[in-house]
Amino acid sequence: MEKEKATSSCDIDVHGIARVEGEGALHVHIDNGELKNVELEIFEPPRFFEAFLRGRGFEEPPDITARICGICPVAYQMSACLAIEDACSAKVSDEIQTLRRLLYCGEWIQSHVLHVFLLHAPDFFGLEDAVELAKINRNAVERGLFMKKIGNKLMEVVGGRAIHPVNVKVGGFYTAPTKQDLEALVDDLKQALEYAVWATAWVSTFEFPDIVTSYPLVSLVHDTLYPIDCGTVASTEGFNVSPKDFLDRIVEEHVARSSALHAKLNGETPYLTGPMARFNLNYDRLTPIARECAEASGIEKGCRNPFKTIIMRSLETVVALEEALRIIENYVKPDPSFVEITAKAATGYGATEAPRGIIVHRYVLGSDGLIKEAQIVPPTSQNQAAIEEDLKNVIANNMDLDREQLTNYCETAVRNHDPCISCSAHFLNVDIKR
Amino acid sequence: MGKAKLAVWKFASCDGCQLSILDCEDELLSIAEAVEIANFTEMTRKVTDGPYDISLVEGSVTTANDAQRIVEIRKSSQTVVAIGACATAGGIQALRNYADIDEYLGAVYAHPEYISTLTTSKPISDFIKVDLELRGCPVNKEHLIELVASALAGRKPRIPHFSVCEECKMKGNVCVLVGQKMPCLGPVTSAGCGALCPAVGRGCYGCFGPVKNANTASLATRLKANGTDPDKIRRMFKTFNANTKAFEREFSS
Repeated sequence: MEKEKATSSCDIDVHGIARVEGEGALHVHIDNGELKNVELEIFEPPRFFEAFLRGRGFEEPPDITARICGICPVAYQMSACLAIEDACSAKVSDEIQTLRRLLYCGEWIQSHVLHVFLLHAPDFFGLEDAVELAKINRNAVERGLFMKKIGNKLMEVVGGRAIHPVNVKVGGFYTAPTKQDLEALVDDLKQALEYAVWATAWVSTFEFPDIVTSYPLVSLVHDTLYPIDCGTVASTEGFNVSPKDFLDRIVEEHVARSSALHAKLNGETPYLTGPMARFNLNYDRLTPIARECAEASGIEKGCRNPFKTIIMRSLETVVALEEALRIIENYVKPDPSFVEITAKAATGYGATEAPRGIIVHRYVLGSDGLIKEAQIVPPTSQNQAAIEEDLKNVIANNMDLDREQLTNYCETAVRNHDPCISCSAHFLNVDIKR
Repeated sequence: MGKAKLAVWKFASCDGCQLSILDCEDELLSIAEAVEIANFTEMTRKVTDGPYDISLVEGSVTTANDAQRIVEIRKSSQTVVAIGACATAGGIQALRNYADIDEYLGAVYAHPEYISTLTTSKPISDFIKVDLELRGCPVNKEHLIELVASALAGRKPRIPHFSVCEECKMKGNVCVLVGQKMPCLGPVTSAGCGALCPAVGRGCYGCFGPVKNANTASLATRLKANGTDPDKIRRMFKTFNANTKAFEREFSS
């Protein structure tokens, strides 16, 4: 049976890529079997956060920047707090930083599970969505929803609300939860951990195309912990630098097709942040059960296949659940729940790991405590150039597929990176000043 | 009769309100059985043409293209519900309405000419007739379920129309404004969140927008008397629901 091959000439246009956060489109132009052009277009309308943050009080960014993204508000809140505390030369207690990590674990669990079960898994079954997936495997989807719910619950108990938590402030928390509040979550977290272990085995049975990538990977690294809430910025190219020095190494371009900016290393090289980068640069920091799951799943250390990020996200869900249980077991309620911060005229930097990659904030404060300049580098504007590299790779390797299959493949190649287009739109001061 | 067709549409927003639908973990599969999800890009590749029985609209209108798109959505929908602070008030991105948009573009983009944007961010009701508005940044997911359930049953949804103060009393929170002189927008803010902020020991920051007949001037006077810096009071009103008459007059005067 002959189907229309993509090897002839064709345009693939996907307006409104489904099952991603935010609004993006995909354009591929193939001429006589030759790939002429690939563009990931971001038409998410700009919202100008960096502009209107100027003149706001130094204590406001956790509430305001949370609104950049409903899926990863904690990532914005945490990077904002670190950057402002850095500017004000303030240091929070270990207990406060640990409680932040616990809140962040909740976000990792809900966001990763959302992606693995509701957004990504349907691709591996050729289905349109998780509702269809539930028709053939209701048990799997229900387990996913159970895990997602406990992630949200953890955010509610620590953060006061799952979407746009209200309990986070510069310097710590308005109120720290009691040990009892947290212990009430333990049974469900343990159940979720069992499901997450099962999930790593389940997703490992999916069929993965053989794609290998070579762009540099960049993630936070830490002496003892799998990076979530803190660390320095390292890459497979060998650098390991502070968030400030990292910003000096990237240049953002503004291209016509996008309301997001493309970040490249030294202005030239596409790079990737997110689960594949963290997994590769922090394999030795995987928590014990996650490490066992990684070995059992057969995923090799150093895996560079972006389709296998679904395994990596599942492993990181195990990490977040193990970490949540460990933190609750050893929990010491921070007292006081926050440190008083005195604003000063200075610049501060903060970097943490959102579920989909590194997020860096930089603030310049005036002596009046008002923000003079704000810069926010979200993961998807960093990953956009690498995603386009993946698309070229996928298309070059699959010219013999018919057009519909190739379109599905391309969409999956975008979803591999869980792009948060709402986050990516309209960021970064691009003036080529570095 | 077939299943009711539900569509979810996104405009300028953070995706948090539509995420609230996916956050209904216990109800999601039942909702998908009770209604036909005919358009919901964040959840499914499947797209079914209109007409739609219920359209949930997230986000504000900030581009010329979106100003046309919302009119088309109105034409193909029996009931249009605006969900969240962006759709009901313009959202935090409405701060551009009080600034110079060209200066904003220059501050964020190297090539402002690549960007097509309106000078304002406005709520859905500025462009079309909206049948119902759900407040909140983000909306309360229980209100969303109540809304869909009531629409299916053909009755009015039960959504609170009083202030956060009353929610605080019901919850037994000690008043942070009277007791600790904390700046709090609870007296002028719509209920719906469950008085979350006073419960963790901070003042309400108004993310559900103004309650009907909000006496913001009186509250601002009280906050000043309590020693809150007047500039800070102005900034408190100038956030997620800035582009509402009640809040606007407290920072633009």
